[in-house]
Amino acid sequence: MKLSEIKDLLKCEVLAGADALETDIDTAVASDAMSVVLASPYPRALLITGLTNIQSVRTAQISFISSILYVRGTRPNDTTVQLARDNKMVLLATDTGMFNSCGLLHNRGIKGVI
Amino acid sequence: MTEELLRRTFELRGRDFENAGEKSTEVTSILKELDIDPDVILRVGVVTFEAEMNVVMYADKAILSFILTDDEIAIEVADQGPGIPNIELAMQPGYSTASDEMREMGFGYGMGLPNIKKNSDEFFLESQVGKGTKVYCMIRLNSNG
Repeated sequence: MKLSEIKDLLKCEVLAGADALETDIDTAVASDAMSVVLASPYPRALLITGLTNIQSVRTAQISFISSILYVRGTRPNDTTVQLARDNKMVLLATDTGMFNSCGLLHNRGIKGVI
Repeated sequence: MTEELLRRTFELRGRDFENAGEKSTEVTSILKELDIDPDVILRVGVVTFEAEMNVVMYADKAILSFILTDDEIAIEVADQGPGIPNIELAMQPGYSTASDEMREMGFGYGMGLPNIKKNSDEFFLESQVGKGTKVYCMIRLNSNG
């Protein structure tokens, strides 16, 4: 599934990486706990989280993850968005909650990491 | 005979949530430039990032030492902090003494030390209550743990 399709499905705002929305995603990891992401790192997965601080982007960097979907109306601050831009990441933000976001994406064939 | 190729030392500050993780991304950037296997970089990144977050959450300050040789990467994080009274308990996945504030940062779910151990080929931890904790990890360049 392309990030552009995820953007349309979940009515996302694109916060960073508007030029990389044709990237294909087949796997996702969803958590507000970054240690959970680090416990099963899956390069190129989509990180789905409500955690908006700078550690969300740093965790993605460490895990070779290049796209993050912020759920339930949360938005990272400018410093966090800038760090993502500097690292050529895609940041999407949706008002949809974590459970419904995961359900909708799973329905479209996105698999979980574990 | 093992040849040392690179040695770096970083200072880490306790409670510095804003910059936490910065040194780990610096370490992984160095390894990427040296064309190290991405699987190894991933494991080194998880080890250093989790160790860095432990320092930020619990300690006053620490020194992170990173040594690359031709067959392994050694990471040592020695902190000045409260120490760990029961190491066996601290190593249990899910056990945590973190505050709500720490969990709001996305960490403190009792997975840090188990994650560090899981990604290391050799792992050693020693701690003295009231003084500090030292974590030593070794990751081989030609293995995938």
